[in-house]
Amino acid sequence: MSDKRIVALHAGVILLLFLLQFVLPDYHHGVLARVMVLAVFAMGYNILFGYAGLLSLGHAMFFSAGLYGAGLPLYHLDWGTAAAFTSGIAAGAALALVIGLLALRTTGVAFMIVTMMFAQVLYLTTFYFGSWTRGDEGLVLPQQQRVLSLGTMHFDLTDPTVRYFTALLLFSIVLLALLMVVRAPIGRVLVAIRENEERTRMLGYDTFANKLIAVVVSGGVCAAAGATYALLFGYVGATFASVQYSILPLLWVLLGGAATTLGPLVGTLFMYYVVDITSGFTTAWLLVVGVALILLVLFFPKGILGTMREKWLPWLP
Amino acid sequence: MAFGPHLLLAALEGLVTSAVLALMALGLSLVFGVMRVVNVAHGEFFMLGAVLAWWASSLVTGHPALGFLLALVVSPLVVGAIALLAERLVLRRLDYNPEATIVATIGLLYIIQQLALTFYGPDARPVQAPFSYRVLFPWFGYSGYKLSIIAVSALLLTATWFVLTRTRLGLVMRATQYDREIAQAFGIPVGKVYAGVFALGAMLAALAAVLIVPISQAHYLMGLDPLLLSFIVVIIGGLGSLRGTVVAAVLIGLSDGIISAFFQPTLAKIIATLLVALVLVFRPTGLFGTAVR
Repeated sequence: MSDKRIVALHAGVILLLFLLQFVLPDYHHGVLARVMVLAVFAMGYNILFGYAGLLSLGHAMFFSAGLYGAGLPLYHLDWGTAAAFTSGIAAGAALALVIGLLALRTTGVAFMIVTMMFAQVLYLTTFYFGSWTRGDEGLVLPQQQRVLSLGTMHFDLTDPTVRYFTALLLFSIVLLALLMVVRAPIGRVLVAIRENEERTRMLGYDTFANKLIAVVVSGGVCAAAGATYALLFGYVGATFASVQYSILPLLWVLLGGAATTLGPLVGTLFMYYVVDITSGFTTAWLLVVGVALILLVLFFPKGILGTMREKWLPWLP
Repeated sequence: MAFGPHLLLAALEGLVTSAVLALMALGLSLVFGVMRVVNVAHGEFFMLGAVLAWWASSLVTGHPALGFLLALVVSPLVVGAIALLAERLVLRRLDYNPEATIVATIGLLYIIQQLALTFYGPDARPVQAPFSYRVLFPWFGYSGYKLSIIAVSALLLTATWFVLTRTRLGLVMRATQYDREIAQAFGIPVGKVYAGVFALGAMLAALAAVLIVPISQAHYLMGLDPLLLSFIVVIIGGLGSLRGTVVAAVLIGLSDGIISAFFQPTLAKIIATLLVALVLVFRPTGLFGTAVR
């Protein structure tokens, strides 16, 4: 019974996003494409933070590993978009493996600080290799390189419709894959680790290996979001590696509801529009982010979907 | 300049950095040691201290020392009051849960930064040093004010050490750090101790900022680098260890001064950050710390 509801809900969300592109005005059409890519970033973060219970303050490094992993070869070596996308994900997953092996030796507060520092190292590295990355200024990928060729078909990724559809495709694949992962045994083990790591270990699970898998999957998904962002929006800059982009996915996930499959989308969408609307009145959007974080953690620690699950919809995955 | 004097100059610059860093990191370390709270907004208390120092010194005309002295009193008090307010309104309600407090202090960071940008503006503004005496070495002249920073910082650190180890107040703080529940059972007002420690930590950061602002100007984004450096210092020194914090601050400050005098600063920062992250990975209690209870 609950299985059907879950499948229906997720299919419904994807269908709704698909249909929305025909009715939305141009501006919101573009916003939604961007939000879907950023929601994938948040979903990647959610695997580690929501399900495995590991609070990382350095996920900007995985997003920017995807961003640079795709953007640099495309820009300098003229790789195709498909190869660039793959290299972006590979870069993110490889980085996640190394970071996971090191950072998972620590727990709690030390884990947050270590991930933050590794992210800072990557941020500084983008400046050190400024001759290739152009640091803060960033690279703008030229339009003729942003074409996806499948056989004889050519898709121009700068075209709004193609862009929306690509973002939706990535979002749907990641959403459904994550739904399967969190309902599979590995997902249950991650939740068990979050709730009580000692006991999970005593039951015979290799908690380190499971956490490492979570870090790599999380890093890979975030990198996929970064690579797609570079290809769709054509900008690769050091801003995306800064601390701020490690905090934002945390905010989105907290707002939407940690450990819910659809929470990241809800949180990202909501926060994007809050910032978008307030920046019409004031430039103080950082204030909005700050106040939102404090209010959330004080009064609403489970987020929107987390609260709904607790009160009305216990079957929500 | 020959290598020897160049090295001396780099070491002096490094010592000035160390002096300021030690004060700031001590604040972070106290808050972590006693409350087990990682205060991500610590860098913003530092920035706020510098901005308030500019504001206070601009109120006074006449000799620059008057404005500076006013800043030295006003700035830590205001920052301490703000920290106290944040502690009462936010951290206490979260029951000092480590993850929730990190998220909350990140929020605080953004709020303070944005308010500083809105009301103070994006410009970097200088505060005049209280005196402009130059100490003449055989090879170069050096700002007497910078040397006095080292002295003042040493004085403040000694005072903190004295309070922590030789007074009743320090005893209460150490008892709370050692075991919160037993301390409470012995009638120690743990809530008040926490509030006091959080305010004290912020005041130390503000003091450090007032000392540095005649050299480096007040700017609304100045908090991030010192925050990361203080994290580094606190980690290397061992979380919650005063002696370790001071030793690590001198170590980091000196090497920062010397490395950035001879090598490219970005590379130096990359290597330093990476090394510290690895120290934390392989020696989680730092070089001088004892196991976290």
